Amino acid sequence: MQNDAVLTMRGIDKQFPGTKALNKVDFTLRKGEIHALMGENGAGKSTLIKVLTGVHEKDGGSIWVEGVEGEAHIHSPQEAQNLGIATVYQEITLCPNLTVAENMFIGRTEGQMVHWKDFEKRTTEILNNLGIPARAKQELSSCSLAVQQMVAIARAVDMNCKVLILDEPTSSLDDKEVEMLFSLMRDLKSRGVGIIFVTHFLEQVYEVSDRITVLRNGELVGEYAIEDLPQVELVAKMMGKDLNDLADLEQIGEKRSAATEVVYEAEQISSSESKPFDFKIHKGEVNGFTGLLGSGRSESVRAIFGADRVTGGKVKMKGKDTKISKPHDAMKAGIGYLPEDRKRDGIIADLSVRENIILALQVMKGFFHPMTKAQMEAFADEYIKTLNIKTASQDTPVGSLSGGNQQKVILARWLLTHPDYLILDEPTRGIDVGTKLEIQKLVLKLATEENMSITFISSEIEEMLRTCSRLIVMRDRNIVGELTGDQLTQAQVMKTIAGGEQ
Amino acid sequence: MKRREPLTNTQLLTTIAICIFVAMYAIAVIAPVQGFEKFQMFFDLLNDNAYLIIISCALSIVMIGGGINISVGGVISLTVMACSLFLNGTSLQNGFGIVAALFLALGIGLAFGVGQGFLISYLEIQPFIVTLAGMFLSRGLTTMLSVEPVKVSAQTHAVFYAFRGNKIEIPFLGYIAQNGNMIPAKLEIGAVVALAVVILSFLLLRYVKLGRNIYAIGGNQQSALMLGINVKRTRFLSYVISGLLSGLAGFVFLMHKPTGNASVAMRSEMDAIAASIIGGTLLTGGVGNVVGSFFGAMILATIQKIIGMSKLNDSWWQDMASGALLGFFILLQSVVLSERDKRRAKRNDSKLAVQRE
Repeated sequence: MQNDAVLTMRGIDKQFPGTKALNKVDFTLRKGEIHALMGENGAGKSTLIKVLTGVHEKDGGSIWVEGVEGEAHIHSPQEAQNLGIATVYQEITLCPNLTVAENMFIGRTEGQMVHWKDFEKRTTEILNNLGIPARAKQELSSCSLAVQQMVAIARAVDMNCKVLILDEPTSSLDDKEVEMLFSLMRDLKSRGVGIIFVTHFLEQVYEVSDRITVLRNGELVGEYAIEDLPQVELVAKMMGKDLNDLADLEQIGEKRSAATEVVYEAEQISSSESKPFDFKIHKGEVNGFTGLLGSGRSESVRAIFGADRVTGGKVKMKGKDTKISKPHDAMKAGIGYLPEDRKRDGIIADLSVRENIILALQVMKGFFHPMTKAQMEAFADEYIKTLNIKTASQDTPVGSLSGGNQQKVILARWLLTHPDYLILDEPTRGIDVGTKLEIQKLVLKLATEENMSITFISSEIEEMLRTCSRLIVMRDRNIVGELTGDQLTQAQVMKTIAGGEQ
Repeated sequence: MKRREPLTNTQLLTTIAICIFVAMYAIAVIAPVQGFEKFQMFFDLLNDNAYLIIISCALSIVMIGGGINISVGGVISLTVMACSLFLNGTSLQNGFGIVAALFLALGIGLAFGVGQGFLISYLEIQPFIVTLAGMFLSRGLTTMLSVEPVKVSAQTHAVFYAFRGNKIEIPFLGYIAQNGNMIPAKLEIGAVVALAVVILSFLLLRYVKLGRNIYAIGGNQQSALMLGINVKRTRFLSYVISGLLSGLAGFVFLMHKPTGNASVAMRSEMDAIAASIIGGTLLTGGVGNVVGSFFGAMILATIQKIIGMSKLNDSWWQDMASGALLGFFILLQSVVLSERDKRRAKRNDSKLAVQRE
């Protein structure tokens, strides 16, 4: 054990029903370092942190904390706090109905009384010190999310913690606020606090961290000094595969913009949420809508699918006039739509994987033409295999699957209806790198091998450039450009999005 | 430079309740509804509804913690019955008898509070179900103790009977009767107890850690846990307090009407819930204030009195008025709060936009 370690975890085991979440994981945090904890979704980062903060109890292994004789036993968040382990979680874990000052001090003061004046004075000092734009007496719910996050950090900071855990702290902050947070982190580091930093943003890791521990599938991959682990290698370690897979995709990515038959054509289509626009897509083409969040990308495809109230426009499917005013019309016309918010619009968490896969086909057939159980099982099996969905069985509730696998289930649902035109709205959001890659490959395969037309929307431009042969660029709810061929470069897309070209 | 903080949701809703009460009372005085011109009317409202005020506080405390307790009425009936039987049968025909009865009342309340609190907090059973069971149990026990009404009279326990008749006289708020005599305003002991309960509950919720922890668990239980609050113990104690207050309310009821009866305080838990809600306590937890609940109880009492004094002296009018009032309040609260959220969201957006530039 190193002498400068503030926290040492050895051989941590944690078992959940059905899965081994952590398997003999070691973790060491030194005084005054920022230590990034990396891994794909489901790698065990959250579990490790929850064990450390007493939310879950470990099944095996030992934890030592500096200044505490012998092994530390942590059974509750309160005990973790007492040991000097403070956590700021991704979602705000403060009470919205209390004031900022109360949120700073509740649950950690001596005595039975609340000393408002004292709390408020000290809170004001801390807020000023850290430059947080909030007032002590303000009700927390009246602060913006970013400020609430900072109050949570301020609380942890004021607790003189030895170990500060930041679990995805930057996900709701803008660039300026992230910069503020980083300078705060460096400040704390210089005061000797050990910081565990969990994030999805690779660049941020390299900006502040000193050391990286990588987990995969509940096991320790290794601990590395930041300078010894280039970003590419980090990704490879997280995914547990070679980066050749990425190159591989470029090769599969033989994109066609062939002037074949037009599958879908819309003239001045508009909905309650989107302005009128023209759009068409050819057979076997993959195109994309890009633009900043809120530029109207999703609204446009929702109009195509009839998900919002359609207010006007003419639509032709394979040259024939078609009326699409609600999703059912679109489905019958051969359009599939995988929505952006799979939790809200797509997945029915309590139903099994099989039922979720069958759903769209059943709707198309009508509820008075039920499928036999054998048929359903055969369909489900086929797609679980093709899409490589990781599930215990067909009967597992979808809600218990990881995000990436849920996404694949919805994808399977639409593929089963054999649509001519499939719309994928942010299919890769919130899922790990490996699954993202699988989905991208699948998109290209569907287009080339099954001649399916696909509209692919993603916030990651690289991803769109890899898969789409035509990009429609939107700004402020208007189509401002269409890029094909040589124009498909990151720089050109950015330029078009930003506007004011030349 | 010192700037005033905008009111918190709790303060805003309480303020609304107080304004409505004042407006309603003023209308009754000006209208004029018979009796409302005298201060005694206000005190009578306090005297008659002392127990309701106490259980409104009891309800508010658990509701702020995100729970509910519908056994309070039953606990009152059980306490009143048990204390009546005790006072009639005891050989302690002196002040000790009264103290013993008070402890009996508090003991019954405590027993229900501890039992229900344990089931709800540590075994994590739905508070509605647990206290529904408590309601049936306490009503059943009341009837088991005696099917017939049990009256405490001057004959059965003279000291208690005399004690309960004590009134605090406030001469300068009195009025001059037709024969020219000055009749002072009278406040019963129970009303004083009720006011004390309101003040103590307010202080508890505002300045004692336990009170703030109750707000925290009502606001967001998961967060409260993460902030290091012992959620289970806090919830348990909120039910213990509400049980104790129900027992106390039973004793206050007995002093006001010294007769044990199975139908005592029937439906009063619903009145208390209504009072809390009118006073600005949200059923979702985390927001509320016993001062508001006090005014909530007084609003209910006033509207019933007004109807009672008018020619519409029928119970359905009272029920309908209470129902309409409750509906109006909930609508008002949700409109006020949602408008406020909208304005806040807009302001935060524009602030963010300014920062970005």
